[in-house]
Amino acid sequence: MNLFIYFIRRLWGLVPTFIGITLISFFVMHLAPGEPMSIQADFNPKMTPEMRQRLRAQYGLDKPLYVQYLKWLKGLAVLDLGKSFAPDRRPVWDKIRERLPITLLINVLSLVLVIVVAVPLGVKAAVRHNSLFDQITTVLVFVAYAAPAFWVALLLMLYFGVDLGWLPISGIHSLMGYDQMPWWQKALDWAKHLILPVFVSAIGGLAGLSRYTRSSMLEVMRQDYITTARAKGVPEHEVVYRHALRNALLPLITILGLSLPGMIGGSVIFESIFAIPGVGQLMWTSVMARDYPVLMGNLVIVAVLTLVGNLLADIGYALADPRIRTGVQSDE
Amino acid sequence: MSRQVRHSLLRVFLANPLAISGITLVGTLCIIAVLAPWISPYDPQAIDTWHILEPPSAQHWLGTDTLGRDCLSRLIYGSRISLLVGFVAVGIATFIGAFLGGIAGYYGGKVDWVIMRLVDIMLCFPTIFLIMAVIAFLEPSIWNIMAVIGLTGWMGVARLVRAEFLSLRKRDFVLAARISGASDLRIAFSHILPNAIAPVLVSATLGVGGAILTESALSFLGIGVQPPTPSWGNMLTAGKDNLEIAWWLSVYPGLAILVTVLGYNLLGEGLRDALDPRSRERG
Repeated sequence: MNLFIYFIRRLWGLVPTFIGITLISFFVMHLAPGEPMSIQADFNPKMTPEMRQRLRAQYGLDKPLYVQYLKWLKGLAVLDLGKSFAPDRRPVWDKIRERLPITLLINVLSLVLVIVVAVPLGVKAAVRHNSLFDQITTVLVFVAYAAPAFWVALLLMLYFGVDLGWLPISGIHSLMGYDQMPWWQKALDWAKHLILPVFVSAIGGLAGLSRYTRSSMLEVMRQDYITTARAKGVPEHEVVYRHALRNALLPLITILGLSLPGMIGGSVIFESIFAIPGVGQLMWTSVMARDYPVLMGNLVIVAVLTLVGNLLADIGYALADPRIRTGVQSDE
Repeated sequence: MSRQVRHSLLRVFLANPLAISGITLVGTLCIIAVLAPWISPYDPQAIDTWHILEPPSAQHWLGTDTLGRDCLSRLIYGSRISLLVGFVAVGIATFIGAFLGGIAGYYGGKVDWVIMRLVDIMLCFPTIFLIMAVIAFLEPSIWNIMAVIGLTGWMGVARLVRAEFLSLRKRDFVLAARISGASDLRIAFSHILPNAIAPVLVSATLGVGGAILTESALSFLGIGVQPPTPSWGNMLTAGKDNLEIAWWLSVYPGLAILVTVLGYNLLGEGLRDALDPRSRERG
């Protein structure tokens, strides 16, 4: 079985999951008690039953559910997710599209940070199993796992932003004089604003990935081929980084794929703390305003992104590990 | 489980420094939560406008908040919310997960396919997005929060239980139960499930920590436990609003969350080491 057929098969396998995602997004929104425009209606003292009825018809809420679902699905195919209930009445996709890049940028940067820092940490902890270094990183990992990210964000803002005054604590660029800055100063300004959000969103990943790398390395280091490599006199450094690490990293591809929803979910928290105009903040404001089309759009777009991320992880795995794409099972 | 096996498990558990610190932390926190009315120095709701935003002092060990309420007392009462949310949410998640995972693993085939696709689908949504979407329709209250965290957190347990069932369902004791005429449900949940309880227990313990973190994040965002009920998450909201003038409002509630979650995670890891010999080898 070559890679292309593998890819097609994986893609086909995702079809039911995709339909499920749209179904859940749709029904979560519609089976819940309360009417989508009740907020608008409740705050308007002049609202009469007739006007209410007209509003319902305008939003298509008087049709049977499956008709509404099919209509919504048809729109989804061309990224028409309806219009926001907010006073600006803008298309939902426009709102999401303009906020997606910053959220993705922060998540990608923190993913890079996680990989660059956590993998070497995990390898070192595994190679020096039970050493002082191993024990210290283990304790740090436990603390990082247990620390609420938004609290760490507050402490960092308190220290670097308020006490030391080194870093700005909100937004993605300065409000004053930003437009007059030359490009390199703009870039520097962005970087300063992004340090804290990127670091905060990386904490959980750092702890998780270094832990996985460590246990995966420990597992691999016990295999026979490592003993073989050592026996034929391969230098230890090469045994660790060429023979062991390559095999230990394989499961990490899947783990990174699975951690995607968690990372995007974290955006809600750090974007609201650092006032970053991304998808997470949009989600939060639309919950507060009960802006149903935006909520539904967010939910489905983020889930589809996750699905794509998992597919990419699967393909990465197949590229890295010939056993997967050829369908040959290793016997443990 | 023979007495000897149980004894050696207990020894492994007690020899594990992580597990010991975990059980100590969790035990202490449970005692604090139960004894809250007797050990809090003040009424957590008592407003004292003469003493607002006072830094930690001999009268108020952890300072006072924007309404002059004693932070230590609110922290102590907040532990009740955290424990309640942690246990109830995880209870719901474990119940659903064990049920669906058990059915999937026991019956296999189409039933298994449908349930596992449902798991895949649920795992595509960032949990907090799903929770927020549901919360948008409901009044944010502690009961809704617990239900929603539980309803969106059962997938891991379902996968675990299914995997255990797949390896257990061909065993002789299952055949024996079937021959003696036990019903499917009875075989699945009173014969097989008890044999799969160890990994479920570990994941539930770790899950309590996760649920407490989720609740605090939701309360922090203003869509969880609502003031004036003190929860560590909503206390941190006040901390954020007064970051520049009252550091103590930000520091202590977060520390309480950290210590509590740490306790459950350590306990969970310790249980895992004691119950699963393979993880002990791995170190």
